Amino acid sequence: MKHIINALVENKPGVLAHVAGMFAARSFNIDSLVVGRTEDPKLSRMTIVVIGDDRVVEQVRKQLAKIVPVVKVQDYAGQPVVARDLMLISVAAPPEKRPEIFSLIEMFRGRVVDIGQKSIMIEVSGPESKIEGFIDVCRPYGIKSLARTGTIAMPRRNKAE
Amino acid sequence: MKKISSHAAPAAKPDAKSVLKPGAQVIVDTLIDLGVDTVFGYTGGVVLPLFDKFYDAPINFIVPRHEQGGCHMADAYARASGKVGVMIATSGPGACNLVTGLATAMMDSVPMVALTGQVRTELIGNDAFQEADTTGITRPVTKYNCIVKDIKDLERMIREAFHIASTGRPGPVLVDLPVDIEVAQIEMTGNPAKLDLPGYKIRTKGHARQIEMAAQAINEAKRPVLYVGGGVIISNASEELCTLARNGNLPVTLTLMGLGSFDQTQDKSLDMLGMHGSAYANYAVQEADLLISVGARFDDRVTGNLSTFAPKAKVVHIDIDPASISKNVHVDIPVVGDAKVILTELIKLVKHQDRTEWFARIAQWKEKYPFAYNHDEQGILPQYVIDELYKKTQGQATIVTGVGQHQMWAAQFYRYSRPRQFISSGGLGTMGFGLPAAIGAQIADPKDLVVDIDGDHSFNMTLMELPTAVEHNLPIKVMILNNGYMGMVRQWQELFYGKRYSKSYLKNPDYAKVAEAMGAVGMTVQNKADVPQAIETMLAQTNPCVVDFRVVAEENVWPMVPAGKSLNEMDGLNILERLI
Repeated sequence: MKHIINALVENKPGVLAHVAGMFAARSFNIDSLVVGRTEDPKLSRMTIVVIGDDRVVEQVRKQLAKIVPVVKVQDYAGQPVVARDLMLISVAAPPEKRPEIFSLIEMFRGRVVDIGQKSIMIEVSGPESKIEGFIDVCRPYGIKSLARTGTIAMPRRNKAE
Repeated sequence: MKKISSHAAPAAKPDAKSVLKPGAQVIVDTLIDLGVDTVFGYTGGVVLPLFDKFYDAPINFIVPRHEQGGCHMADAYARASGKVGVMIATSGPGACNLVTGLATAMMDSVPMVALTGQVRTELIGNDAFQEADTTGITRPVTKYNCIVKDIKDLERMIREAFHIASTGRPGPVLVDLPVDIEVAQIEMTGNPAKLDLPGYKIRTKGHARQIEMAAQAINEAKRPVLYVGGGVIISNASEELCTLARNGNLPVTLTLMGLGSFDQTQDKSLDMLGMHGSAYANYAVQEADLLISVGARFDDRVTGNLSTFAPKAKVVHIDIDPASISKNVHVDIPVVGDAKVILTELIKLVKHQDRTEWFARIAQWKEKYPFAYNHDEQGILPQYVIDELYKKTQGQATIVTGVGQHQMWAAQFYRYSRPRQFISSGGLGTMGFGLPAAIGAQIADPKDLVVDIDGDHSFNMTLMELPTAVEHNLPIKVMILNNGYMGMVRQWQELFYGKRYSKSYLKNPDYAKVAEAMGAVGMTVQNKADVPQAIETMLAQTNPCVVDFRVVAEENVWPMVPAGKSLNEMDGLNILERLI
């Protein structure tokens, strides 16, 4: 099962290496890992998607929390979250195919960010399943290249709020 | 969560005047302020500024012959004294030579601070002379490490290193020091730097409800076993453990690292459990209806086959490291916190229960399968040498070991009665630990009787530290149980590889001559009849002394739980039975 784990870490050199090294040393599988700044310049947020059973993920969570510059660890499993990936995808697009590609882009609420003579670059964001879906529909036209971020996520607000 | 207290103990001195100091002086002053009086270290290019400040510092400075030895010395110094061991090395090869020592300390949760020199900040990453990515190399074998890139952070980072190393589940911390930081000047106000560790939280106080549940489980248990590890020693909780065992009427088994935490001469002791543990401890664990683990981590050498480990037992696990809980074995009642604090609470709730039946059963196993060896053997049996040492020292010596058969016999045939009495590389199993560890333990307590029970090939790995012991007039005793083989490897080859003794037999030097050449006392013992006298002569020495016991070559350690088998599937019981 996939778990989205969120770690707030000190914005210091070596922290990413420490986290990545711990995953490798303990044979935990990372599906994706994203690091970025937060509202606090002293802290970064790591969003790590891990595949494993509950026992493995519990160990991942504990081992992460044990790393000194890791300030806080949360497992989002079982709670409503907004999870998003971002993708840039370059698709072969001869002029005659462009109208249908554009309509697909619209359906997936993507954006054209660059147009060349033979291809176009599209930006799509959303849940992982949507990204995968868009890749599938692009495949018949010919994917030149693609780049994806991993997942970032935040819990939805409590209903009580 | 409890807020941790700062290591930066002394209060601000309002009248202190600021003075300009170089980084190297800041380091030495901070060490002294933190109470460090002993440092192990080996010099080199980029630590010259730092070593210059040690020239006239009020610190007992011990230079090993190799950085690995120094690291083991600092480690054993910490294990013996409970204080933080400090090791300093230069950049590149010096730092690389620390890796084995750091990993050893990491696996056994030993508080240590390693300071390493580094090339000048602007050269880092340029493959400079004697440059190595020290923080990168040592990250997996330290609890924490860091590199000082700004002189303003230096004092704080040194203080943080000591705080992290010595609190929670202790471990080695490394601080990498570029040489330009050592020479840079900084204004010091005299007020200790404040720690800045937002991610470092320790839970010492156990959850009250969990402690109640643990107490209830203990009070209801018919066949409980206390399974105790090195955490009890680290936490200085031996007295509380003893009270719990007595008040609750509970039998106690110890891990290798736990030896010394409970007086093994007491009736309630089941001695060590695990692969080479006692049959009675292993049977008791397999039959137990409640296992109360304190400061132990369910290592594979303890549990054997995990799926059949303690199959009838509910598990209580008391540990300061939340990540140790339910890592290998499912825990029913976890209690996260400091052993001493939790046991103190637990004692209040545990009631004395009559467990006559359970203790009677244990007594039967004890009677049937004690640790034993053949007293009629003509040659010198290694177990006999240890047994004699035990008698001649009245069980009071501090025992240090290398790794292998001799280590297991030292655990089986010497019985320990006080914490920090047994010092051995348990988790990493580092051959060569013995001699430098004996030096470290002796320096921690110069009056103590420190005996290194060593194997010939373990001793070979670090014997160049003998001159270090001679130089400092340390009265350490080294007993080499010399069988010519890497004994434990040979045992496995005998049992599992059809006696094909592949590369496990090496030519040894004449250790008595080696010892003499290095300025120590050397003896060789070839006859069984000479063993008692040799041990007496050895114990009377005031200089380092090495005794080479030529022991029976192909003796095995029994009982043995073969890898992957359950604890009750021990080999060698028939041999032990025949011996009594």
